[in-house]
Amino acid sequence: MTTTPIPANPAISRRFRLQWEATQDSHVLLYPEGMVKLNASAGEILACCDGAHSVDEIVATLEAKFQKAGLRDDIAHFLAYASQQKWIV
Amino acid sequence: MTSALPPPLPLPAPHWLLAELTYRCPLHCAFCYNPLHYDAVRQELTTAEWIDVLHQARALGAVQLGLSGGEPLMRDDLVEIVAEARRLGFYINLITSGVGLTENRIAALKRAGLDHIQLSFQDSTRELNDFLSSTRTFALKLKVAKLIKQYDYPMVMNCVLHRYNLPHVGKIIEMALELGAEYLELANTQYYGWAMKNREQLMPTLAQVREAERVVAAYRERIGDRCRLLFVVPDYFEDRPKACMNGWGQVFLGVAPDGVALPCHNARGLPGLDLPNVREQPLAAIWRDSHAFNAYRGDGWMREPCRSCDEKARDLGGCRCQAFMLAGDASAADPVCAKSPHRHEVDRVVVLAAGLARNEQPILFRTDANSRRLKTRT
Repeated sequence: MTTTPIPANPAISRRFRLQWEATQDSHVLLYPEGMVKLNASAGEILACCDGAHSVDEIVATLEAKFQKAGLRDDIAHFLAYASQQKWIV
Repeated sequence: MTSALPPPLPLPAPHWLLAELTYRCPLHCAFCYNPLHYDAVRQELTTAEWIDVLHQARALGAVQLGLSGGEPLMRDDLVEIVAEARRLGFYINLITSGVGLTENRIAALKRAGLDHIQLSFQDSTRELNDFLSSTRTFALKLKVAKLIKQYDYPMVMNCVLHRYNLPHVGKIIEMALELGAEYLELANTQYYGWAMKNREQLMPTLAQVREAERVVAAYRERIGDRCRLLFVVPDYFEDRPKACMNGWGQVFLGVAPDGVALPCHNARGLPGLDLPNVREQPLAAIWRDSHAFNAYRGDGWMREPCRSCDEKARDLGGCRCQAFMLAGDASAADPVCAKSPHRHEVDRVVVLAAGLARNEQPILFRTDANSRRLKTRT
């Protein structure tokens, strides 16, 4: 199994639009004629992917926000998946 | 709280709003699904009325917006509608033949926030000769495809397939690759509206369908995710129906040019629905309460063999329009299903298509290469 490398400063691919949908109470990724509904943690992580912050900074931001340590592995795991799905570049 | 009835299931949101802005169209496609009587529909919604529909649909949870028709570029207010849709948070898909998509227009649409353009091609074929020789349409579409890339839209190319172009599916894929499309929708003709009228002419043979499947599979393997190929085997060649619209009144809300609200693209052709109009009722009432949107919601409407079928949750009884057209009853099982007592109606058409094809000549494209090859042969 190959793991997709995580971009240094992940950003949402220009082929997707990340958006908060109040009626679904979740973040969604929109693309031509389709939509991925994200769970709460996936939405939080992708919302940090602005191309300006490193993975370290994203981990720090989320650990501070949720006052919880040890999130790095989960975040890295998800970012690798997001990269493989081409959601982030 | 004395009711013995179970609590109602939460109503889904109409995630996909299809705005058929106009039935006007510069093309004359033999496979168009628009209603046969489209010319009688004259009272198009105004800009303000469309914008009101967008606001109401967004409040109901609609998120994907399709701008279609007819040819949506025939509307002078397209940019205005796009701009408002984007302000509301829609992801906006323009579904177009490309006719009328000038550079000025594509730039204005980009500024207004249009997200994606689906460009159809080889759909101006009123007959075989048009298909083979329509170099003017072809050149125009190539130009539009380049503009789409130049303005950095994701590009979905769409080609409607039928007996005349199924043998060229490889060439169609090559063209999509050359133009840099991210997706290619190889859309087998669905037999409604004008396509139903032309069904005998358009219906491919089983051999054509299987060969096209093979070609698509080979390309998929070769090109990976460079361009996503969407190819769905036409209903008539399968023995189970598709879950039409992902369920009636579950995801899809169409609005026709005159404001008629549609639970499916072809609902105008179904009898007894009493289709509501956005000019007369709020969209929420239409979606939640109207007879038309509840007529085939869930499975309470089903008859045998669907009612007791263990596959009913998967295919939802198939397509209501097909049931009406082929079995004469919109509540019947979709005759595509092998369990339908009307399956012979489908088989009859498939067998007929095979017979017609027996003496068919392969289509020869009028290309420089073919011309040269023919010359050396003689």
